[in-house]
Amino acid sequence: MNSRELILDRVRRALADVPREDTPYEGAVDRDYAREHGNRSVEETVELLAENLADYRALVHRCTGAELPALLAGLLSAHGSASVVVPPGLPSGWLEGTDIARVEDSAKSTPYDLDGVSSVVTACAVAVAETGTIVLDGGPDQGRRRITLVPDHHICVVRVPDQVVSSVPQALELLDPARPLTWISGPSATSDIELDRVEGVHGPRTLEVVLVSGDDRA
Amino acid sequence: MSGTFVGMPAFPEAAHEAVANQTLRGNLRHATHTIRAKRAAAVAEMSDWAELREAGKQIKDHTLRHLDRYLVQLEESVTAAGGVVHWAADADEANRIVIDLVRMTGESEVVKVKSMATQEIGLNEALEAEGISAFETDLAELIVQLGKDRPSHILVPAIHRNRGEIRDIFAREMSEWGRPAPEGLTDTPAELAEAARLHLREKFLRAKVGVSGANFMVAETGTLVVVESEGNGRMCLTLPETLISVVGIEKIVPTWQDLEVFLQTLPRSSTAERMNPYTTTWTGTTDGDGPQAFHLVLIDNGRTDTLADEVGRQALRCIRCSACLNVCPVYERAGGHAYGSVYPGPIGAILSPQLRGTESEIDASLPYASSLCGACYEVCPVAIDIPEVLVHLRERVVEGGPVTQEGNKVVLKPAKGHAAERAAMRAARWAFSHPGALRTGQRLASRTRRFHPRTLPGPGKAWSATRDLPAMPAEPFRDWWQRTNGGKDTSK
Repeated sequence: MNSRELILDRVRRALADVPREDTPYEGAVDRDYAREHGNRSVEETVELLAENLADYRALVHRCTGAELPALLAGLLSAHGSASVVVPPGLPSGWLEGTDIARVEDSAKSTPYDLDGVSSVVTACAVAVAETGTIVLDGGPDQGRRRITLVPDHHICVVRVPDQVVSSVPQALELLDPARPLTWISGPSATSDIELDRVEGVHGPRTLEVVLVSGDDRA
Repeated sequence: MSGTFVGMPAFPEAAHEAVANQTLRGNLRHATHTIRAKRAAAVAEMSDWAELREAGKQIKDHTLRHLDRYLVQLEESVTAAGGVVHWAADADEANRIVIDLVRMTGESEVVKVKSMATQEIGLNEALEAEGISAFETDLAELIVQLGKDRPSHILVPAIHRNRGEIRDIFAREMSEWGRPAPEGLTDTPAELAEAARLHLREKFLRAKVGVSGANFMVAETGTLVVVESEGNGRMCLTLPETLISVVGIEKIVPTWQDLEVFLQTLPRSSTAERMNPYTTTWTGTTDGDGPQAFHLVLIDNGRTDTLADEVGRQALRCIRCSACLNVCPVYERAGGHAYGSVYPGPIGAILSPQLRGTESEIDASLPYASSLCGACYEVCPVAIDIPEVLVHLRERVVEGGPVTQEGNKVVLKPAKGHAAERAAMRAARWAFSHPGALRTGQRLASRTRRFHPRTLPGPGKAWSATRDLPAMPAEPFRDWWQRTNGGKDTSK
């Protein structure tokens, strides 16, 4: 017997006490918990997202679509960025306000190449207000996972209110499990020293989230 | 890691040493009290915590009751998504599989995400014996590895170290493993984190093989989930060409939707955050993004034996949040090392003796490493009744009885050390079923009470060394009841 058969056989023998007509999955779990917590208007939900992002030390900015290029240019310049990596499908107008060197992510680029880049600008797939989370799903305006990981400065643009949901259950409904997902709640942090949270370890130490309202497709 | 758990002394001896260590006690008290208050606040934000907890319990129970079906489904979906599934009955087989997979890549080093499963099987030592270097990249695991130490907490393996000790370890050891610590390193946590960032970055950038565990595996989609804080997980899961994930078979949930429960309860229970900084989910391989070879090693290593125990199987619901450690009065004083296992604290006291059996001295003593206060059950996000399992395991140690070992039913003999306890219980059973003898004995005890010793002689000595013997009343209760007509006639 190979180990696969051995383990499955052990499992079946271990469960000899479980009746064959055991409750099926559909009836086995009481989902009495909330789909979201509290009743908020759309504006309040966006406000909560901003609060929770800031609570975990993300820098939150708000602007209209027309103001976005200038804001992004300002953020990159304030950070002292020498270069910025961009995902292939980032809306072309977003970075028209800056002349900082743009690095296209290509399949050939190595982690070392990315390590030399100052910043990354992406969109996101969905944002979760209750937890202050942005989720990337590798879409064309977000790029491969590595580009939002190796550079030390990540600017993520969230279209509000369209991309904002209240809760984790609502976010999971919208996301495709077949895509590689990265859930980000504040910059890299650790609680490993005396169980106290310190921001800034391996991921980007500066996370800036731009909440863009109105027509952002500049 | 040079530390080992083999041949550990029983819990009472190890704990005795630990409680005498003032620094250790101070570190533990500070850390556990900090996180306790934070967790309570994070949980209080959720009006439906009780419902989430119950749903988490039900999802895990249902999965365990149909584990064979979900394992097969998981294997199918991971394979369909481009992954390769391996099965390991025990630690040796799992280590062998990982070693062979690393060998096939031609590499001689791997970067590791913190993983309880790989600690449990001693993977780092096994790799080292084959000339493969395994670099721990979680900050606390790095502190443990550099300090040639053993982990003492599930979430924060270096909880027994304070910032000053961590500074010293970094300053002394980092140069042995790679980039040295910066000159003039101080003990501020931000500087220590920066030192770890610089030290590990070169390892991440050149890594070709990553090794991880997983917090959850979704049977219907084949998705694996790793929940972390620092970004070291993302580095290991994203940059290498080959990813090997070693995961216990009990980590399955049936559906994608089930994650909505655990992604709410796990972060709040473990780091007391609304959400941990980073969560990565991946399904097989993705063209052009992340590792192009993905191997999933499913390990049993005592889990099916645990599953066979109708009371003890609830321990397999555990999602490794470590909330039970942080509230445990015994853990707070004894620390994690005394438990002689990678799984310390209340959950370790019920998990280790089930995964490893109760034969060794340390495993037979673990079910007693508790005051049965129940705080662990209270905070458990999947409602594991740890006190119930502790009492069940105590009974197994004292009385012996049928258990499953490596899939076979065997009958355990009663443990040796408990002869006096068993004799006392037998005597009590006889006395309580012979009222005449009980009465005579009680009267005799009352009349001779002035001559009773303060401590017990013989085998009872150890017991009474740390306890006061109960004071003997002047008159047995039953005599008083009869004399005073049930307390009504106070004149007598």
